[in-house]
Amino acid sequence: MSKFVVQNLNFYYGKFRALSGITLTILDRQITALIGPSGCGKSTFLRCLNRMNDTINGTRVEGKVLLEGQNIYDRRVNVVELRRRVGMVFQRPNPFPQSVYDNVAFGPRVLGMARSKSQLDDIVEESLRGAGLWEEVKDHLHQDALSFSLGQQQRLCIARAIAVKPEVILMDEPCSALDPIETLQVEELMQTLKANYCIVIVTHSMQQAARVSEWTGFFWLGELVEFDSTAKIFTNPSHPLTENYITGRAG
Amino acid sequence: MLKSESVIGNKRRRFEIVIESLIRVLGFSTIGFVVLIFLFLLRQGLPFFFEVPPVNFFGTRWYPTFGLFGTLPLILGSVLVTLTAIVIALPLGVATAVFVREIAPGWAREILKPLIEVLAGIPSVVLGFFGMNIVAPLVRTTLNVPTGLTAFTGALILAYMALPTIISVAEDALDAVPKSYRDAGLALGATKWQVIWRVVVPAARSGIVVAVMLGLGRAIGETMAVMMVTGNAARMPITPDSLFRPVRTMTATIAAEMGEVAQGSLHFHALFGIGILLFVLTFLINLAAARPIFQKRRRGGLR
Ligand SMILES: Nc1ncnc2c1ncn2[C@@H]1O[C@H](COP(=O)(O)OP(=O)(O)OP(=O)(O)O)[C@@H](O)[C@H]1O
Ligand SMILES: [Mg+2]
Repeated sequence: MSKFVVQNLNFYYGKFRALSGITLTILDRQITALIGPSGCGKSTFLRCLNRMNDTINGTRVEGKVLLEGQNIYDRRVNVVELRRRVGMVFQRPNPFPQSVYDNVAFGPRVLGMARSKSQLDDIVEESLRGAGLWEEVKDHLHQDALSFSLGQQQRLCIARAIAVKPEVILMDEPCSALDPIETLQVEELMQTLKANYCIVIVTHSMQQAARVSEWTGFFWLGELVEFDSTAKIFTNPSHPLTENYITGRAG
Repeated sequence: MLKSESVIGNKRRRFEIVIESLIRVLGFSTIGFVVLIFLFLLRQGLPFFFEVPPVNFFGTRWYPTFGLFGTLPLILGSVLVTLTAIVIALPLGVATAVFVREIAPGWAREILKPLIEVLAGIPSVVLGFFGMNIVAPLVRTTLNVPTGLTAFTGALILAYMALPTIISVAEDALDAVPKSYRDAGLALGATKWQVIWRVVVPAARSGIVVAVMLGLGRAIGETMAVMMVTGNAARMPITPDSLFRPVRTMTATIAAEMGEVAQGSLHFHALFGIGILLFVLTFLINLAAARPIFQKRRRGGLR
């Protein structure tokens, strides 16, 4: 089933065109990886999917991004509700300088998802379990989130994202600040999350894309050069640019 | 080539040594002056605490001509005026800082920021004059009290004086909150307001505390404007209506009486004694203001 259908998307930072003519379909309950050299527009594209680019002045979008059939750039769309449905995990772990509990409870609180304290407790526990972090932090729920390791902080950010029960999780190089073991933990987590969420991940690591994803898109200078199953992209890419990039980078 | 370079190097080094020692001398002399002033204050003020029994100087009546040196009404007067000023200035200051930093469009911010700094430069005697002639009559008529020269009037003027400090320091604190926190909040489906009140302001908490402390420090030491608008009656501000009656602060007492007192008399020492109390109070407040800064510095290594 398709989650996102992107049609002819152009994106501008002021006069600079950062994305041109992007068209692709992102399937639900699958992991889609976006690869490409630095500055080719991967993050920009990802941020188009939950309209985070709206927070940057002077940006402009053309084309359509359909989330379950509805264009998210339609004027009637409530951006706040859209962002609840499409969660995001950032490149650097960015928990709030608050306790673990308050971090996870933030979303449910602002959205009024829990009627009682115990209901909120349940959401927090469930989310932390979902992010595979519960056993590590259950005795430190009221400790400052910034006192944990970066890998734990990143999984906390994932827990915080799933606490609002989104449908999609966007991840922008979620492992670039983590060490190999923490990276592995996050990758395993993605495999379990895949059962319930649509996941889109930007990564600079060819191996990571090959390991975790079903689908891979290759971006080059603001264009989507090739989009296909991960197996196809990594074994038999149809575009020479893709092949150069993959062989050049993966050795 | 090598040789001439080393000559230049030597010259430069000598120059640097001169500059360095000059800076050191200046730095130490500044500290030295502060110490000297403090010693002078102690020398003139300490005798008061020995010559007058504690029952007297912690008494409730300040009539130096009759040998009554109760500083309590003055201390409480200062505390009342200052605290009321902060209660008024804190919400206003933080709200303004939030507006300037988070809500106002770019061009408005460019106008507002220097404007706020200009406010800080208004001489206090001008504010006192304004307070006497505009605010005091307003207070008298709207609150229907016998005189407009009240603790409340003083607090209003002081709040106004503390505002620029509070606004600009709080604004810097908000400014220092990383964009990544705001992004995280927005990406979770929070509104702009929810992000401001639940993420940005709490993250800037320690800076806002510093802002208030600095405002407090500025308010408690303020003299001229307060002397002009508070009525200067040394009464104990303990009745419920004290806020709307005249009071006398420590600073106003020193300023008003220092000119008429015989040098070396007990009264003279008493005024310096009040000076010491004021110094200690201000010092404690500044210490409290500095604490969060140090704490933050210790923890902030990572981000
Ligand atoms: N806020 C911005 N304002 C103007 N231009 C921007 C902005 N953010 C990104 N760009 C430009 O848009 C282009 C795409 O940037 P983007 O961050 O999407 O690249 P990326 O593929 O994510 O790169 P990286 O792999 O380094 O993260 C780049 O040329 C970049 O300079
Ligand atoms: Mg990027």
